[in-house]
Amino acid sequence: MNNFICADELHKIYSLDGQTEVYALRGVSLQVAQGEFVAIMGPSGSGKSTFMNLLGCLDTPTRGTLSIEGIEVSSLTPNQLAEIRNKKIGFVFQNFNLLARTSALENVELPLIYNRVPAAERRQRSAEALERVGLKDRMHNLSNQLSGGEQQRVAIARAMVNAPALILADEPTGNLDTITSVEIMNIVKELNEASGITIILVTHEPDIAKFAKRQVHFRDGIIIRDE
Amino acid sequence: MELLFTIRVALRAIMRNKLRSLLTVLGVVIGVCAVITMVNIGSGAQISIENAISGLGTNMLIIFPGSMTKGGMRTGFGTVTTLIDEDAQAIRDECPTVQLVSPIVNTAAQVVYQNQNWGTSIMGTDPEFQRIKNWPLARGEFFTIQDVKASTKVCVLGKTVAEKLFGTQNPVGQIVRVKRIPFRVIGLLTEKGQTTFGQDQDDTVVIPYTTAQKRLMGITYLSMIMASAVSNERIPDAQKQITTLLRQRHHIPKGEDDDFTVRNLADLTATFTIITGILTLLLGSIASISLLVGGIGIMNIMLVSVTERTREIGIRMSVGAKPNDILLQFLLEAVLLSLIGGGVGIVLGIGLTAIIAYIAEWPTPISFTAILVSSLFAAGVGIFFGLYPARKASRMNPIEALRYE
Repeated sequence: MNNFICADELHKIYSLDGQTEVYALRGVSLQVAQGEFVAIMGPSGSGKSTFMNLLGCLDTPTRGTLSIEGIEVSSLTPNQLAEIRNKKIGFVFQNFNLLARTSALENVELPLIYNRVPAAERRQRSAEALERVGLKDRMHNLSNQLSGGEQQRVAIARAMVNAPALILADEPTGNLDTITSVEIMNIVKELNEASGITIILVTHEPDIAKFAKRQVHFRDGIIIRDE
Repeated sequence: MELLFTIRVALRAIMRNKLRSLLTVLGVVIGVCAVITMVNIGSGAQISIENAISGLGTNMLIIFPGSMTKGGMRTGFGTVTTLIDEDAQAIRDECPTVQLVSPIVNTAAQVVYQNQNWGTSIMGTDPEFQRIKNWPLARGEFFTIQDVKASTKVCVLGKTVAEKLFGTQNPVGQIVRVKRIPFRVIGLLTEKGQTTFGQDQDDTVVIPYTTAQKRLMGITYLSMIMASAVSNERIPDAQKQITTLLRQRHHIPKGEDDDFTVRNLADLTATFTIITGILTLLLGSIASISLLVGGIGIMNIMLVSVTERTREIGIRMSVGAKPNDILLQFLLEAVLLSLIGGGVGIVLGIGLTAIIAYIAEWPTPISFTAILVSSLFAAGVGIFFGLYPARKASRMNPIEALRYE
């Protein structure tokens, strides 16, 4: 299969205190082609966050297989997973997850540091990424001096600075007002259309989901609708 | 991750919490400072004791007349009168490892100056005595070999005697009487202080030994012979040569006891070296315990820091930090803390040593071994106590770390 993301019968079982087992995913199969913009929707507890963690190589499935760009990731070591996260995936979180008391520029540089990019090139690429999200003038501000929308734009710059193939956005507009949300979504959309980066977006707001070309609905650990 | 950059990240984390870092580092500062100061004081004590002993005389050997076996009866020290001037001359001429020799004649007498008098020890010596004892003059001059040959009635006063008889007046050129015989004072010795055993070395009058023998005591033998070896290492050789020579001169058959004893101060020095060595070790070990406590302080703070920065660890992992990157970051932070502490501790330790040296008037040489060992120890403390928190950080689950509030 030449699909970019290929999930086959993914199961994820969490075991609480060693006895009670929680079934977060009960057999999820999904194919995503390169350059797609997919919105994942569903109520809380439907398994969408668990699915995102698996896609983001932050966790490994209990059963089933998952490949990203042809690489089987369900059985990799923590070091190999870290490398895939670093080179192929960018994250945008609901609560931004920037390093506090650290400048916007240094936050964006972080993935490049772990990719061993030399300092001068690191600086230049980070500045370019910030310019692309419209924060050229604020790159030396500390992250906690920025507004929510600005922080999320720094996070997007950080997600794309290493030129990933995939950006995972987990409720990126959850903490933002409507106008800022639209601004952020436009940047995400532009990344998808201009750079051909595959985007997977988790949201429960239908308005935000409309930015995507495809909507996948989760409930109780399985996909109930794909349109 | 580049090391330099990691160091910068670690430094920034340290600077972010200045007071906490300061208090953490303080444990190591005190530990390292204590180790260095204690070791330096210990070696200072060693040197000052060695100085006190060598102040008794440089590479000194003392030959006492000894016991004599007469018909199965051994008579004890000092009871024989076999040690004579010719023995001293023979030692001077025939023992190549002996540098200086002085016959000594001891007696006690009342010394009178005008209406003052003072009972003191009278020492008859050779001019070489002054060099053996390392004893400079404060005023005037010492008597010469001519004075010895002519049994001149001249004397050199110890400081105590001079004070008792003359007060602050200059005694040089004055006449004192010993057993009614007038002696011209030609010199005044510098203050030598007490021996390690509390004997006042300045309470003495030094005269040519021939004068003491002929004019004061009417004897021909010697109380003892003082000699010095050419170097500290040759003392045992000198001792051997003197023994062989004297046995031959005194016609002592094989198997019989010597009728003299050759003593040196090397044994004394060795004993004190061992004692102060133990003392230094003891002080150093006690100080090391405080260094250990400082290390535990670092571990404590690093554990708190890892928990506090769980979110940061999660973020770093999500953008691709490998477990080893996280490990290195926190380990380096702990090592930097302890190295900073070590550096400050070394400076403080040297400073404290200098202050103590100044107050105690002790030579306290800076021990570079102590500095090297305690810096290595400080780095070791950082690695040892930093490893556990750093491992804890590197093994975090990124999802849970990201969700941590």
